[in-house]
Amino acid sequence: MDNIVSLKDIVVEFEDGEQILKNISLDIKDKEFVTLLGPSGCGKTTTLRIIAGFLEPTSGDIMFDGARINDLPPHKRNVNTVFQRYALFPHLNVYENIAFGLRVKKVPEKEILRRVGEMLELVNLKGFEKRSVNRLSGGQQQRVAIARALVNHPKVLLLDEPLGALDLKLRKEMQTELRKIQQALELTFVYVTHDQEEALTMSDTVVVMNNGVIQQIGSPADIYNEPVNAFVADFIGESNIVNGCMPQDCVVEFTGRRFECVDKGFAPNETVDVVIRPEDVKVIPAENAKLTGIVESVVFKGVHYEMMVDGVDHKWMIHSTKAEPVGAMIGMDFDPFDIHIMKKTQED
Amino acid sequence: MKQLKIFSVPYLVWMLVFILVPLIMVAYFAFRTADGEWTIQNISEVGQYANIFVRSIWLALIATVICLVVAYPLAYALSRMEKHKQSTMLLIVMLPMWMNFLLRTYAWMTLLGNNGIINNLLGMIGLGPYKLINTSGAVVLGMVYNYLPFMILPLYSVMEKIDKSVIEAASDLGCNSKKVITRVVVPLSLPGITSGITMVFVPAISTFIISRMLGGGSNLLIGDLIEMQFLGNSYNPHLGAAISLVLMVIILLIMTIMNQFSPDDQVLI
Ligand SMILES: Nc1ncnc2c1ncn2[C@@H]1O[C@H](COP(=O)(O)OP(=O)(O)O)[C@@H](O)[C@H]1O
Ligand SMILES: [Mg+2]
Repeated sequence: MDNIVSLKDIVVEFEDGEQILKNISLDIKDKEFVTLLGPSGCGKTTTLRIIAGFLEPTSGDIMFDGARINDLPPHKRNVNTVFQRYALFPHLNVYENIAFGLRVKKVPEKEILRRVGEMLELVNLKGFEKRSVNRLSGGQQQRVAIARALVNHPKVLLLDEPLGALDLKLRKEMQTELRKIQQALELTFVYVTHDQEEALTMSDTVVVMNNGVIQQIGSPADIYNEPVNAFVADFIGESNIVNGCMPQDCVVEFTGRRFECVDKGFAPNETVDVVIRPEDVKVIPAENAKLTGIVESVVFKGVHYEMMVDGVDHKWMIHSTKAEPVGAMIGMDFDPFDIHIMKKTQED
Repeated sequence: MKQLKIFSVPYLVWMLVFILVPLIMVAYFAFRTADGEWTIQNISEVGQYANIFVRSIWLALIATVICLVVAYPLAYALSRMEKHKQSTMLLIVMLPMWMNFLLRTYAWMTLLGNNGIINNLLGMIGLGPYKLINTSGAVVLGMVYNYLPFMILPLYSVMEKIDKSVIEAASDLGCNSKKVITRVVVPLSLPGITSGITMVFVPAISTFIISRMLGGGSNLLIGDLIEMQFLGNSYNPHLGAAISLVLMVIILLIMTIMNQFSPDDQVLI
């Protein structure tokens, strides 16, 4: 599969000299569902704007289908955007909003009628043709925005937190819907979200960003199971992150105790981040445990219980199907392969 | 609701005393003779001045169109600047308005005069002198110069509210910069266009200072005509009232036509 969009060493610097994107390099394959995931303000929207052509990078190249398109204005790019706050045309009704791109390209009226009709069906807005977009609910406006972009059959669709304003149920429905559309029409989606669950469930590839830097690129399973640093581990799902050090290969020391692990290749006594998922903490009897703690709280989360346990130097979060009584002393243990050792990032 | 009504009382009194009563008085005078009889003669006499009406409408129309053409791109550029630059630029645009209206117009007299600065400068490169002052062109120039800000302001305030992402959406969907203007910016700034036209056309059609100072005697406008009936040698307030009334009806008609073009929810006057 070929790359449809490539970003090469993209740097974006605004007037005050602050670097918003620091050397972003990213290859997006044709027909791929790529999600940019990261906390608010990390540069996701800025990255999309670079691809759409609204913003020129301070340095770096942007390639589309193998050609450099840095100087190509937005209206000549075969890319359409679903904007973060919809940006519908307030002077046009639902039908005309969706037809806008086709009218600009002087598509024959009959074909416009057909394609807009298709889109209305796709996004479930039949019968709303004549409605003013100012009198639609957030979810309906969202769907108009998606239809308005999709109707042009762009090679690449950029979606900037398109489901952000919807309630949970509608959100889930639209997630499935969007994924279906993407697969049915065989489009490339570049999808922005700050919701890790959304990213993991929808994408082929997840790009985790923080502070204008790509932290990790990988499949949802890779990102979840093999986070490359503490930031990714923390951002993707919940994690226990403790300071530790590596006295030797396959041995890690944290909260004053040594545990067996599977990581090697660190300098002797190098300080590291130790990441352990809450569901990977095993609860064992306190008597013969290396690590113990007092249960502080227990909350039922539907499938499992979430317990906060006050251990030595660290509060542990544990997900377990069995609840322990609050105030009880419990023991904790970990399988070696559930202990993820990560190099400290430079920032901390 | 009751409390809000109390606040509107001063405004209602104001409207009554300074708008409604004078309006009735104008109408009353227009239909009375000097001897206190009811008559429609004043109104029918207005017909003699049809040429002046036509000239006033024509010159005001030209001035309004020029204002629109000049102000539109300016207001658009202004509205797309960064916020902190906008206020500075707006200040510069509005700066001439801080000078007295008469003074500004006098300045144009000395600029345009037969021995004025412009003709002197042209003379230095062997051109002219041209007859600049006392022409209808000078009157239009005076109108444009004085009323341009009244076009810029309503346009700017409407355009400034157009979301940047809506403009980006248009170019995302295939509009070059010209199509962005015609397909999105113009329709969305229609209320600003209509109110700008009103705010320039109405004072322009009834001005008398500008035509007096820059138009000489040969470019009499309705405003001059009305003024002459009240303050001039041909003292006849009844005719003056009749002319005012006809002018008002004409303006009302034109504005009604204008409103046909503005979106339903934004009717002017
Ligand atoms: N025009 C601009 N000038 C200066 N800073 C900007 C501009 N646009 C965005 N930023 C800054 O760039 C950073 C990244 O913004 P953005 O890409 O919108 O983040 P995200 O979409 O991930 O929330 C933010 O800190 C924001 O304040
Ligand atoms: Mg954003």
